[in-house]
Amino acid sequence: MSLKYESTVREPLINGDKTFHQVTEDIIRPIETRPGKLWYVGLTLSLCLLAFGIFSVSWQVYYGVGVWGENKTVGWAWDITNFVWWVGIGHAGTLISAILLLFRQGWRTGVNRAAEAMTIFAVLCAGQFPVWHVGRIWDVFFIFPYPNSRGPVWPNFVSPLMWDVFAVSTYLTVSLLFWYSGLLPDLASVRDRARTKIRKWAYGIASFGWTGTVKNWQRHEALSLVLAGLATPLVLSVHSVVSMDFATSVIPGWHTTIFPPYFVAGAIFSGFAMVQTLLILTRRILHLEDYITLGHIEAMNKIIMLTGSIVGIAYMTELFDAWYSGNFGEGGAFWWRIFGPYWWAYVMQITCNVVSPQVFWFKKLRRNVPFTFIMAIVVNIGMWMERFVIIVLSLYHDWLPSSWSYYTPRWPEIGFFLGTFGLFFTGYFLFAKYFPVIALAEIKALLKTSGESYKDKMEPIEEESTAQFIQQAAHAHEGG
Amino acid sequence: MAIKNFVIGCFQDEPQIFEAVKKVRLSGFKLHDVYTPYPVHGLDKAMGLRGTSLHTAGFVYGLLGTLTAVGGMGFCTAISWQLNIGGKPHFPLAAFIPITFELTVLFASVGMTMTFCWLNQIMPGVKKHIFHHRQTDDLFVVAIELTSHTSAVEVSQFFQSLGAIEISEQRAEEGWWYGNFARQEPYQEAGLTQQAVTP
Repeated sequence: MSLKYESTVREPLINGDKTFHQVTEDIIRPIETRPGKLWYVGLTLSLCLLAFGIFSVSWQVYYGVGVWGENKTVGWAWDITNFVWWVGIGHAGTLISAILLLFRQGWRTGVNRAAEAMTIFAVLCAGQFPVWHVGRIWDVFFIFPYPNSRGPVWPNFVSPLMWDVFAVSTYLTVSLLFWYSGLLPDLASVRDRARTKIRKWAYGIASFGWTGTVKNWQRHEALSLVLAGLATPLVLSVHSVVSMDFATSVIPGWHTTIFPPYFVAGAIFSGFAMVQTLLILTRRILHLEDYITLGHIEAMNKIIMLTGSIVGIAYMTELFDAWYSGNFGEGGAFWWRIFGPYWWAYVMQITCNVVSPQVFWFKKLRRNVPFTFIMAIVVNIGMWMERFVIIVLSLYHDWLPSSWSYYTPRWPEIGFFLGTFGLFFTGYFLFAKYFPVIALAEIKALLKTSGESYKDKMEPIEEESTAQFIQQAAHAHEGG
Repeated sequence: MAIKNFVIGCFQDEPQIFEAVKKVRLSGFKLHDVYTPYPVHGLDKAMGLRGTSLHTAGFVYGLLGTLTAVGGMGFCTAISWQLNIGGKPHFPLAAFIPITFELTVLFASVGMTMTFCWLNQIMPGVKKHIFHHRQTDDLFVVAIELTSHTSAVEVSQFFQSLGAIEISEQRAEEGWWYGNFARQEPYQEAGLTQQAVTP
């Protein structure tokens, strides 16, 4: 009798009649075969976007930040909007891999690898914005606290912008370690079945010489659990710190105590939308429907609905506070947010983020793949608009009506944003080709409890009484 | 590190491996190691291995991070160059919390991962002997080291009685070395790896 048991009430996480070997075959196949036309087209497009992004940034470095559309009143716009948006997207990966690991959610194994990769690329994209926004990029090392001949003058450690430097770089490092330590055993699987010399050599180096001894695995489990435990508060802290870039200022519309939880909920919301976008394409192109099932998509849609509702409550709280506080500036900021010339941005934010996710109350729509794909894009647009609304719409009508202005982006900003899409998708396309997109070892550990064909074998166990089951499990390894 | 003789038995499923490990320990054969394609819970206990202290190491690294952050920022703002900003304190502990937390997490994770690599002796460029190419795919491999008291035939008979689907005698380096996985090692090329004679 197997010690492993999971109720048949739970939906299988791996569809079809799979063996361990079949799982390896299915997941490693994309690495060993030539990619399809779609992959080349996608990669080329991404590289073109990336090239245009590099051109736009070079233009901006050469001529200065003045080539962007910012003015005296709106001093922060697309750069910080894009930064917050990308960092937020990064949050889903860590949420899936760390928080859902601590909550023992089995379905995370189907999607965690790709989501973590997405996190890394998203944070890399996010990092570009503050870095290039400094203008004099050659002086960017001033942010590091190193002994210098200017006093020494140290960075201001009590500034949220400085906290951001530490938070985002720590987040990138920890995500990278978590992702790669999980990849080691799977890269070893690729190495051990490699037919070509070059693949054997490359994956031999990439897998660090992993062999999978019991002691290796014991330490591996300990490492992932502790990294998950560390990454959980980290992921909450990162977006809280990002929100403090705004919340610690005195600008009406920014100076709000609900910002940290509000930003974290929004981050998870947009992150899951991006995971849906990528995984719906990945499962289709790489034929991984058996591993990323409708159940996975439904579970993520539930999270999208929950976090979307939290974000909705945060919007209402903001409005309530603006009215109830009786603060003139606060009230004015929200009045102009809704009724000013940028009203369309606010309408888009509310429609995409609060109204549209409510359709996921219907199970049929939660399990509808094309509909989910469209919804995921809608949510991502909505979350981008939210950041834009918070940032630009709190600034454009400031204290002095003579300074009121309107902001329109110029091409180097748009090019920069498109360039980060290029970076993101180039990274993701290369990842999907050269790395196992699903956590191989973790799927195997689940297979005999959550695989569709193994679920049927649970039925006799369901019939047993608890006492019988415990009796058998306790003596499972005796005698034999 | 040394080149030694091993007999390996390959098993197909988890319950078998628990039984095999138990019997190996009772039989008195020298158990080299067990290789599994995924973490098998409880196998470490079945083999009599002690728990890992990687967690403790993580705690120590984390503490080091906390001290570095508080000490470093305190040195900069309270000792090295005091700035008077509206009479605010030179050592604002509450405002140090975010960076202190981040550095604690950073030190703990980087330290733990490096310790993990050190303890497991893994690194880019490190090579180890792979007993069976399917040990990272779908086979559970038990390796028994041959000593002056044990013969290959004896061990393969033992594996056969346990229901191993594949048994072989191998001559291999037990530790790690810098090497290329695409290349065969000299002792393997010499044809010393052979299928054990099944009685």
